[in-house]
Amino acid sequence: MGNVLIALIPAVAAATWIFGLRALILICISICSAMLFEHLWCMIFKKPTTIFDGSAAITGALLALTLPVGVDWYIPVVGSFFAIIVAKCLFGGLGNNFINPALAGRAFLLASYSLPMTTWVQPFYYQAETVDAVSYATPLKLAKAGEAVSLSHWDMFLGNMGGCMGEVCALALIVGFIYLLARKIIQPHATLSYVATVALLGWVFGYQGLMTGDPVASVLTGGVLLGGIFMLTDYTTSPTTGLGNVIAGILAGALTTFIRLKGGYPEGVCYSILFVNILAPQIDKLILPKKYGA
Amino acid sequence: MTRTFRGGFHPAEKKELTAVKEIVSLAVPNTVIIPMAQHIGAPCEPLVKVGDEVKMGQKIGEPKGFVSVAVHASVSGKVIAVEERPHTGLGKCLAVVIENDGLDTPAESILPKDPGKMTPQELLHAIKEAGIVGMGGATFPTHIKLSPPEGKQADCVILNGAECEPFLTADHRMMLEHPDDIIDGLKIMMKILNVHRGYIAIEDNKRDAYHLLKEKCNEEFDIEVILVKTKYPQGSEKQLIDSVLRREVKSGQLPIDAGVVVQNVASAAQISTSIRTGMPLIQRVVTVSGSGCENPQNLLVRIGTPLSSLAEYTGTTDGIKKVLAGGPMMGTAQYTLDAPVIKGTSGLLFFTEKEYHHYEPKDCLRCGRCVKHCPMRLMPFMIMANAELGNLDGAVRYGLKDCMECGTCSYICPSRRHLVQTIKIAKANLPKK
Repeated sequence: MGNVLIALIPAVAAATWIFGLRALILICISICSAMLFEHLWCMIFKKPTTIFDGSAAITGALLALTLPVGVDWYIPVVGSFFAIIVAKCLFGGLGNNFINPALAGRAFLLASYSLPMTTWVQPFYYQAETVDAVSYATPLKLAKAGEAVSLSHWDMFLGNMGGCMGEVCALALIVGFIYLLARKIIQPHATLSYVATVALLGWVFGYQGLMTGDPVASVLTGGVLLGGIFMLTDYTTSPTTGLGNVIAGILAGALTTFIRLKGGYPEGVCYSILFVNILAPQIDKLILPKKYGA
Repeated sequence: MTRTFRGGFHPAEKKELTAVKEIVSLAVPNTVIIPMAQHIGAPCEPLVKVGDEVKMGQKIGEPKGFVSVAVHASVSGKVIAVEERPHTGLGKCLAVVIENDGLDTPAESILPKDPGKMTPQELLHAIKEAGIVGMGGATFPTHIKLSPPEGKQADCVILNGAECEPFLTADHRMMLEHPDDIIDGLKIMMKILNVHRGYIAIEDNKRDAYHLLKEKCNEEFDIEVILVKTKYPQGSEKQLIDSVLRREVKSGQLPIDAGVVVQNVASAAQISTSIRTGMPLIQRVVTVSGSGCENPQNLLVRIGTPLSSLAEYTGTTDGIKKVLAGGPMMGTAQYTLDAPVIKGTSGLLFFTEKEYHHYEPKDCLRCGRCVKHCPMRLMPFMIMANAELGNLDGAVRYGLKDCMECGTCSYICPSRRHLVQTIKIAKANLPKK
């Protein structure tokens, strides 16, 4: 678990660099409240505390990374409560939750606080002389509205765009991904099949008609990498076999594209991964590894 | 190029403790305890009673049933008891206790023979009479493996020199010190089975043995010495067949169904020695090691020597938490050092808190590590989940019957779950056919 926290350091650093100290403070609030809720749960039910396994801290960090930087301080606290208590502890704690707690927390916040959760600020706003850059659209929102996206792929890769704190800087996320692979914490199947599916379908089903999409932009925007690297690979809520994870990635990718095109929100990462989480046990029942000698 | 199979893992080897130490003969004890069950299958019937004089190599246990093989006196002397004694694998077992007269008078039946002048049937009979079993620890009677059932034909023999268990170096030393016996034993087996392809598979952490055997086999055009990757459980029969031949033994079948006979290198050396000298299997090499062992050694030990004699010779330290007969992965924990060395005792390990850790199991994370590493490519966490609910049909679906209990899943589980332990219990609860 410590390795996942280490892998998140680049993303947290990038969020702080792009969105200022406020991002770091929100992330800290989220981590601390997630750990506190888990500790309180263990105290109430007279169990040894589980906060030192690191999973609560990861949930808190991931939840914060899916929030816009402009949210009030209590939003990550409410989100952590939902993530830790409702999505995780009520189902039996680490290993027994059926959906990713951080994404469950985000889904809850999006439904409950839809305005602050979809209000974006300009990157590096804190360096600007006038602090009025409150309303700023994400590239996906612009594209969905049929407006021109003036960002280069390079801007998207480095994170010079509007979006959630942790999703904008692809570079930082990929550094974390490589670290997790190198330490053999995760396997690449789900992430790669997810990203490939989003890219392919993003190109096929462009906003201006078939085969007009921008595959690179569809991967670099809207949290595809954050979800694909850190959420879809969550042990508990993903299938256990390589092939099962490839299938989960493809399903999530198709669903992400569908929600982006036809859903009420311009992003589809969160809901698509939550949906695949629910399917994971069924995928494991259907996709058995080929036994030796079978 | 080293060959290997899919799955498994590489534990800390700890073989450096004994790998360079030559085999030393342990003094023959004053009394030996010869259990009647030293093999998979039904125990033998004792042929002697209290007060009888026995000679070294004399048959004292008559095999009962098909998967059974004779046991012999490992010393000459007088039978002082025929009674239940502690046993490394069974807890307790009927044993013949012999007081050693120190003379090592061989039995009259012990006659040297020349395998070159014997027919395959005579060779097979000699192996059966010598009481030879798989000396890697499985103790499957060797003569049964060498007599394929009607209609089945082997096309090659693989000698298993993988010795994938950590700590153990008994086979390694055998390969270094008795390479000619091993090759001779392999040739005898190839003659019995009428095959013209023999392999000696050695893990690549024993390159000295590999080079030595390769050099010795330079002139042997039908024997190939092969390096396999150092990985547990490389020495498992089915995995070794996969590594060497890229062949799989079908579920529920035996290696012979895939045309292969696998034998341990020490068993091969024993076949040669037993036929050429006439002396049955009455001694073997045991690696005594672990951090609780003062002077780790490879000891040549008479069958029936109490484990306490080995411990006395090597010395043991304070704070021993666990004693194992066999390797750390497949070995069995011992409750007393009064149990004797038997044909399958490849090691005796003394663990202090350096190696022995107790962890409380936590909930399954569904991380899939057990699935990824299972050498039989099963889903251990699903077998366990079903077994815990009493759903044996579900457990079978995820591979309960195919599990070979190697313990890889328990070893690599980050939640320290008792996977193989639960699976073993569930297997015991399966309805008998």
